[in-house]
Order: sequence, then C-alpha cells, then structure tokens
Amino acid sequence: MAQSQSLEVQEKKELVSKDEKTVPARHYVPTTDIFETDDALTVVMELPGVEKDAIDVNVENDLLRVDARIDFGKYEGLEPLYTEYNIGHFARSFSLSNKIDQQQISAQLENGVLTLTLKKAQEAQPRRIAIG
Amino acid sequence: MATVFSDPFDALLQFQQALDSFRTSGWLSSGPSARGAFPPINIFRNGDDLVAIAEVPGIQKSDLEIQVVGKTIRIAGSKGVGYGEQAALHRRERLAGRFDRAFTVPVEIDGNRVKAECRDGILAIYLPRAERDKPKTIAVD
Repeated sequence: MAQSQSLEVQEKKELVSKDEKTVPARHYVPTTDIFETDDALTVVMELPGVEKDAIDVNVENDLLRVDARIDFGKYEGLEPLYTEYNIGHFARSFSLSNKIDQQQISAQLENGVLTLTLKKAQEAQPRRIAIG
Repeated sequence: MATVFSDPFDALLQFQQALDSFRTSGWLSSGPSARGAFPPINIFRNGDDLVAIAEVPGIQKSDLEIQVVGKTIRIAGSKGVGYGEQAALHRRERLAGRFDRAFTVPVEIDGNRVKAECRDGILAIYLPRAERDKPKTIAVD
C-alpha cells in the first residue's frame, strides 16, 4: 500500500494575489482535496477555527471562490508564549468547467472541514447506452 | 483510487517514520518542551493560567485522547480523510494518519482543573496554574 503520505504539519501557505483583500489581516490558502464521482465534483477544504456564518462561497463566471474569516476576538486577552502556526483568514478560488451546474451547490461544515458538493450538469453525467 | 504503484522503499520509509514518531512522542520524559510534529500547537498565557490551542481540522472528539501528568500534556489520536470508492482524485493535499504528541510547560498546573474543548477544528486546552505555584505580587514601598 504505497502513495500515502504520513501525517505531518503542513505550513500554512500565505495567499499571494494581484488584488488586495479588503480585510487587512493575513490570508492563507486552505488545504483542499478535490475528487470527482459520476454525478458531482466534491471540494473538501480544511478551515480550522472558522464558523459557519464566517464562510462565503461564491460562484460567478465559472469561478468558485471560498472566503473564510477567523474570529480574532476569541484570542483577546491571550498573550502568545510559544507559537508553531499562524492564524489568519482563508481564501481560495478555483475555475470551474462548464460541466458543473452552478445553481446546485451544497455545502457542509463539520469540525472545521468544509465539504462542497457541486453537481454536474445533466449533459455532463455519463450515460449508459444499451446495445440493442 | 488513482493508479497506485507499490514501492518497497516507500513502505520501509513509512515504517521508519512510524517508529520515529513513537520515539519522539516524549511522553513521560523530562526532555525539551515539545516533541513530535502534528498537531501544531500555540500556547498562550491568560493571566496566571495557560491555554494551549491546536488546529485539528477533520478530527472528531472521539478520535482525540488528551492526558495530563505533572507538567506534561499529551495529545494523541488519528485523523481520517475519507472519500468514496468511485471517486477520481483531482487534487489531494490533506494528510491523514495517527498522531501522538506531548509537550511540557514550565509551570505547575492543576491537573484536576484542566479543561479541553474541541470545536470547529480547534482544540483548546485550558491549563489553570496550581495554587502552590502562583506568584505572589510584592508591593514596592
């Protein structure tokens, strides 16, 4: 059983983009798994520390954008003594192919992991052709 | 699953890494503060008490084990990344596996009052300071 990586700390990658964000804090790129089944494309993103109402999922012009905000208020009054990771907002965007039905996207957030299910458009689903 | 190649060196490397992660867990040893890699921990000070915050996305409460002995706190568990069998993988960045990590704090903590909370992929462990170790403020005349 090969090709499986062992669990290790992944350093947060800072978002590098041509446009600036309106929110001044740091933005990081969340680790994402993308896999495809017959009827949908699933995007799974790790967004630790993000609550449901702090996530913005937007599909516009074949571009899927996910923006997630951290509530820094929780850290108020806490003085950092020893730090191993950075804390900041998350943002990532993917360009979608026209196979996706952009009206039918469902999202679920559990334990800091966001699962987006993007259903494929009717024409793009594989069809079995029976041989007569 | 995407095509997998069986690589004997890969299997050996994984075995060695598994042994290393057990050795460096640092549990019950009096070594330096933090050993082992995952999960990344930030330690904060709140007055006299300490708060340890770790990022554990995708880990259920039932997969986590937290133990305290003296000044050492151990966080162990497993992280799973699941997807269906008929899936074709486009991108795989998330990692999965077991983790076991211990860290030692330099002050005495009250083991009976330690509280841990896990929400939204963030594990927060509240470490209240032991009464006998609280500093006394001295007024300057």
